[in-house]
Amino acid sequence: MIHQEHSVGLVRAQRAEFDTPLALQGGAVLPSYELVFETYGTLNAARSNAILICHALSGSHHVAGRYTPEDKYPGWWDNMVGPGKPIDTNRFFVVGVNNLGGCHGSTGPASINPQTGKPWGSQFPVVVVNDWVHAQARLADRLGIDRWAAVIGGSLGGMQALRWSVTFPHRVRHSLVIASAPKLSAQNIAFNDVARNAILNDPNFHGGDYYAHGTSPKYGLRLARMLGHITYLSDEGMGGKFGRQLTGNEYGFGFGSEFEVESYLRYQGDRFADVFDANTYLLMTKALDYFDPARHFGGSLPAALAETDARFLVVSFTSDWRFSPERSRDIVRALLAAKKHVTYAEIESVHGHDGFLMTDEPYVRLMDAYLKRVAEEVNP
Amino acid sequence: MTAPALRPDLARIANWIAPGTHVLDLGCGDGELLAWLGRQKQVSGYGVEIDMDSVIAATARGVSVIHRDLEGGLADFGDNSFDYVVLSLTIQSMKHIELILDEMLRVAHTGIVTFPNFGYWENRWQLAQGRMPVSETIPYQWYNTPNIHLCTINDFADLITQRGGQISTQMVLHKGERIEFLPNLRGSLALVRFERSGRNAK
Repeated sequence: MIHQEHSVGLVRAQRAEFDTPLALQGGAVLPSYELVFETYGTLNAARSNAILICHALSGSHHVAGRYTPEDKYPGWWDNMVGPGKPIDTNRFFVVGVNNLGGCHGSTGPASINPQTGKPWGSQFPVVVVNDWVHAQARLADRLGIDRWAAVIGGSLGGMQALRWSVTFPHRVRHSLVIASAPKLSAQNIAFNDVARNAILNDPNFHGGDYYAHGTSPKYGLRLARMLGHITYLSDEGMGGKFGRQLTGNEYGFGFGSEFEVESYLRYQGDRFADVFDANTYLLMTKALDYFDPARHFGGSLPAALAETDARFLVVSFTSDWRFSPERSRDIVRALLAAKKHVTYAEIESVHGHDGFLMTDEPYVRLMDAYLKRVAEEVNP
Repeated sequence: MTAPALRPDLARIANWIAPGTHVLDLGCGDGELLAWLGRQKQVSGYGVEIDMDSVIAATARGVSVIHRDLEGGLADFGDNSFDYVVLSLTIQSMKHIELILDEMLRVAHTGIVTFPNFGYWENRWQLAQGRMPVSETIPYQWYNTPNIHLCTINDFADLITQRGGQISTQMVLHKGERIEFLPNLRGSLALVRFERSGRNAK
């Protein structure tokens, strides 16, 4: 047993099966599906202290802790979630869930389609953020949670936190929207399109049905991840970490990997392509592109947010150019126009978009201060 | 829990604010005023603050605060979206005074500004002796002061009128006490409440 201070320790994933068909925004209906999730902490008697953590593009339900003492890495937000940490598992019941279309255990393109007995592959329907929110709401029902103390997420996860307050305006006390945006810009969609093209044009893609061929478009996925990774870091952060350092001593006057940054990106790309499913990557980037909760409210975000009684914490990072502070300020402006409770902070950071996963000191202190108030509110 | 006493100048401001109203507190610091108004007068609203430590302190008090630089104006806030807008002990260190006053007149019906009164006799006395004033409300040396736009209560009255405001109440304090006799000479801290006047002087 791991008794590392402030760690939730050893955890295990749980599974929930849903037989009620889920009508998706794109028109398809999922007849049944499974969600894999983890929980940390204890649900109080009033069932008022539950926090939902929404993952971003490459995240999962494994938010904190380790499965075995030998695990090299803990869950993806272990630095924020645990006893005594800002998302304090001594005070909150924390739920992490792998979204539909994911590749960490919830029903997704690699799962078996019950109607064909084969992997869904290209037949898996495109899911959007709002579909995830609906699926998460069913999990909340299953867990007996009428209203979340908070829904929290960064990046694509922040979009889910924002969407929760629109779709279920009375089921969220606090929505924490970190390094996110109310909709993607053209530049952002363009990056996603290049990533998708890398996958779609990989000879091993086979129209999305590569499982049957016993292969996968690893090369394309690797490129997609390398591109994404560049956009998640800042110029300053990359410069500080790698500069122009060479892996060897001299220029090789060839096209191999010579600079440290090249070797780092290739390593990150390889590692990712080994464990992540390319179809899931396609779906996730599409969910990002389609996200625009104002769309069904005449393009007005204040109108979309008018009904909610959630309070908001919106956080951005100064060096984040993929989800720039200006996009977070768009959310803040809409919340102010809708006269909602909102706190906004722009964290000084060199970590770019990845800042939301880091531990810049003001960021951690702000999260801690905000969530302590939430804890007092729900644990009277 | 009994409410802790407000800083004297904030207590005077709080007296000017009606219960149940919507307030924007510019340069809200650790959120003392808004937290008190929320508790005691059911006032809602936001603070605006540039300093991250203050943003965190205000958050810890449960005050909604927007982290931003006032010098850029108040573009995030709509016309007439507040009953009151407060700028407390901040204007003297700002660059764009006319902009912030115009913005205050735009976003709220009533503005409240407090500043160190440069007309206070100790300041005048030190100047008369050939020295830059250093006093309780202006505790800096000339070379390290953040205060770049000091004024007297008469100067402020002229400017707010010129920007389209109309002073409804003004008060001068010294050591937290109200000064009624020769206020511009005897008071070190000025509090001014103004409304948008009918005519637009701009």
